[in-house]
Amino acid sequence: MKKPRFIGIAVLMALALVVAACGDDDAADDTTAATTAATTAETTAPADPFRIAIVAPSASNDLAFSQSIVDAVDVIAGEMGNVEVQVTDGTFVVEDAAAAIRGYADEGVDLVIAHGSQYGGSLAEIAPDFPDTAFAWGTAADTFGLANVFSYEAASDQGGYVMGVMGAALSESGVIGIVGPIEVGDAKLYVDGYAAGALAENPDATVNINYTGSFGDVALAAEAAQAHLAAGADVLTGTAQMVVGAVGVANDNEMLWFGTQANQTSLAPNIVVASQVYHWEVALRDIVSKMEAGTLGGEVYSIDLANGGIVIEFNDAFDLPADVLAKAEAAIAGIESGAITTG
Amino acid sequence: MSQLFTETVLIAIVASGIRLAVPLLLASLGEMYGQRSGVLNLGVDGIMLLGAFGGYYAVLRSGNVWFGLVVGAAVGMALGLASAVISVTLQAEQGISGIGVFLFGLGMSDLLFQKMVGTPVPITSFSDVHIPLLADIPVLGGMLFQHSMVVYLAFAAVPVSFFVLNRTTFGMNIRAVGENPEAADSLGVSVTRVRYATVTIGGTMAGFAGAALAIDLGIFQQNLTNAAGFIAIALVYFGAWRPVGVMAGALLYGFVNALVLQLKTLGIIPRSWSDIAAMAPAVVTILALVVVAQRFRQPAALTKPFTRGS
Amino acid sequence: MTEGTRAARLRKRLGAGPRLAGYLVPVFAVVAALIIGAIILLRLDANPIEAFGEMLSGAFGSSDALISTALKATPLLFVGVGITIAFRANVINIGGEGQMVAGGLLATTTALVLPDLPAIVMLPAVLIAGIVGGAIWGAIPGALKAYYGVNEILSTIMLNVVAVQLMNFLLRGALIDPAEIERGTRIPQTERLMDSADLPMMFGSDRLHIGPLIAVLAAVAAYVLMWRTPLGFRIRAVGLSRDASRYAGIRVKRTIVLAMTLSGAMAGLAGAVLVFGSESHRMVTDGSTAGFTGSAGFNGIVAALFGGLHALWTIPASFLFGGLLVGGNAMQRAIQVPSALILALNGLVVVFVVSSDRLRRRLLSAGPDLAAERAPPDSDPAGDGAVAPEGDEP
Repeated sequence: MKKPRFIGIAVLMALALVVAACGDDDAADDTTAATTAATTAETTAPADPFRIAIVAPSASNDLAFSQSIVDAVDVIAGEMGNVEVQVTDGTFVVEDAAAAIRGYADEGVDLVIAHGSQYGGSLAEIAPDFPDTAFAWGTAADTFGLANVFSYEAASDQGGYVMGVMGAALSESGVIGIVGPIEVGDAKLYVDGYAAGALAENPDATVNINYTGSFGDVALAAEAAQAHLAAGADVLTGTAQMVVGAVGVANDNEMLWFGTQANQTSLAPNIVVASQVYHWEVALRDIVSKMEAGTLGGEVYSIDLANGGIVIEFNDAFDLPADVLAKAEAAIAGIESGAITTG
Repeated sequence: MSQLFTETVLIAIVASGIRLAVPLLLASLGEMYGQRSGVLNLGVDGIMLLGAFGGYYAVLRSGNVWFGLVVGAAVGMALGLASAVISVTLQAEQGISGIGVFLFGLGMSDLLFQKMVGTPVPITSFSDVHIPLLADIPVLGGMLFQHSMVVYLAFAAVPVSFFVLNRTTFGMNIRAVGENPEAADSLGVSVTRVRYATVTIGGTMAGFAGAALAIDLGIFQQNLTNAAGFIAIALVYFGAWRPVGVMAGALLYGFVNALVLQLKTLGIIPRSWSDIAAMAPAVVTILALVVVAQRFRQPAALTKPFTRGS
Repeated sequence: MTEGTRAARLRKRLGAGPRLAGYLVPVFAVVAALIIGAIILLRLDANPIEAFGEMLSGAFGSSDALISTALKATPLLFVGVGITIAFRANVINIGGEGQMVAGGLLATTTALVLPDLPAIVMLPAVLIAGIVGGAIWGAIPGALKAYYGVNEILSTIMLNVVAVQLMNFLLRGALIDPAEIERGTRIPQTERLMDSADLPMMFGSDRLHIGPLIAVLAAVAAYVLMWRTPLGFRIRAVGLSRDASRYAGIRVKRTIVLAMTLSGAMAGLAGAVLVFGSESHRMVTDGSTAGFTGSAGFNGIVAALFGGLHALWTIPASFLFGGLLVGGNAMQRAIQVPSALILALNGLVVVFVVSSDRLRRRLLSAGPDLAAERAPPDSDPAGDGAVAPEGDEP
């Protein structure tokens, strides 16, 4: 009975090796944002680079929340030139995120971005230990009264409102479905904004809202979309990373979809009408210039339609009727001027 | 409340419950084979995740959903075989090694996805197959007979599993090995071979279940299964190691989920209670067992490795 | 041929130093897992030597690193100690995740409801609340198993699902920081809990709180309980044979409930320590259990089994496993590989170490196998998958 056991270990290792070998058949896009930025920094400028670190809860290429900040930092890095970017992504464990935030601050990173509202409590305790490091926290609207913490949030209710107007105008059944994760934070803001926009456009519309209870359950989000379909909805939207399941159902059943956090057109080119896209660089640009002037925090940024931090990106392939587009533009103008409140 | 009792909504709830049950049913039936022969595999969720990625990637590249299912099953088979090496030959503590396989699958599937695909790209999904005649039955047709082929396959696996376990020599050997490996061994049944077979079948079905899930959703992302593999393990206990019981558990879990979703959608459950309502499938599953008060005994040799002569 | 004589034969064949070889087996297993990790690292264009160097120094290379490792090990140790109790009674508690959440929630609620307790009462109060919360969440599956024949694997998995929804419900509702509602940001977290409930710091550090110390004390207490008290004897007896225990007059059902309750209590204490020893000193949810627990409810099982289901050996086992987790994160930060790799690597280490465990035990022959020790739950006659009711207590 001894020999088979060693053979067993050998088989196990062989199997693991096979799996390992599959590691990257075609790692074409192997270069992460971090490494590209780092290498350009090394080759172009010998001076000490400006160092930015991002701590984010999901994958940095998630086509949603985490990607929005990584893309924005890349834009900033491109503008500034001599920037070194480091990313710790997939950090959904709050204490691990705290360790990463502390670790980057310890290593002398100039700006540490804590990209998750759940990280704030930890940041409030960590930031005072590193008075020479600037921290940015989002999405949130609180700097804890600390001189080295910025915070940033998105007025996602504004984009939601505009798309809600369009959704109600496009809906033939007058029933609109929204799939949400848990009724908190940015998700709640967006969902409430969308519902307000839809009801402003068509006060008789039925807006059904379904919070599935999970940020991660894709299958449940898909079935939530099916439930909306059964309830008569022909227009859908939703927020958080599990909505990819709902987009698929909308696509199969030719319901219209509105995206948020990132441009979701690629997920269903035929039915995505428009997406609300975050451009955090609007806030980051100011944060960096404040830092250059010696201010390390104390400011709350809100990106919105007026300052260009929130952009409604339309799907060119979708044949949007001119009157609906006009309604959307009117809503955007109204929000920017303050004539429309999204609450 | 009256909105609930429309034909469309009732059909949707049942159909949705069935769809939610399918990955659980497939993985759970597979796990049942292993447990019936005395091996607990806690790594189901990890195998499902790697099967899901394998299936997704195969469809992404080939556009053929059947090829995707085959790849998912093959990935599952390889991991099932590895699990058998770990639990049967190396006699690793079964609870813990499964957690290792789960962690590996969770991390590896995400790593492969990030490196080989990157951002989520939708893939071809299954098309629904309307069973001739049956699909046209009012109400019932829409509930039961307008699903994708995988749904029918999953439910066909229930009588097949029943037959295999109760009417074949292989099934008899599985039960014998799970109840009394020493006696089975003395009768010339190879405990090792039977357990290798059952654990590999379990892995194959878990990989297939994962691929079916990913292809049905038409997408992959990190932790796609969201711990469905653990629910599948629980359902083996719910079903008392019997195919029909496992099916009942998967359907119950799926239906309660679907019902809650529809009640929330129609606003019958207020939004402030959505989390509490989301507990329903888990609570109902436990209560159902309490009320039925069935006292099935687990396979006597479950979680115990076998060494000849000890 | 018995295990004993076989071990002796094996030792003889290997000649000198089999015990040393035995001790080295887990090391080789870890190295084997890391070699596979190295191959993956190479394919990711990362230098494995540099990577593992970062891992080692991130886990054990400085006093700061050691503190991080100790803090990471703390919940693993609590859960692991609870596991040593439950598994000895032959109950598989995979509900640590839910029990940690339940403990954290009840402790947090206590602190919020009784903010004015004097500091000297506050800290014990919240820790006890954590114990109670976890104990309740452990007692439920214990009672369901003992009195209703509901298997504990099923009920603990389901109760994990219930716990996460309860956490989300409370943290976005009753327990939410009022400022979050005022600002409209609605982050599902409590306010910063009162200073009087902060875990005190040790050795003049500003991060090393007394959590690790409590965990070690809990491990010692569990050791004494299991091996030096009649109750511990009863738990172990029930684990070895329920029938024999019943004949010996042990109340089997009550003992099972008690073992699960104690196991849950330990996990609940882990939850409380996570809240009051966290950087944020609040409870916050990202919508999942793992976001709060860091999967310690599962990883603690691993630590307990690495420690041979022995409370005292679980202490170094937790520390080493905690080091692996902390080191992995440090490596991710230093060389910028995807964090998913770290998870996969942890899984490989677990699989390899546990797979080599049998060999290690035989080389050491330091006691019976875990599996052999955990005897049949019930020696009812074997039938063809027969339905046999669990016997009632005398």
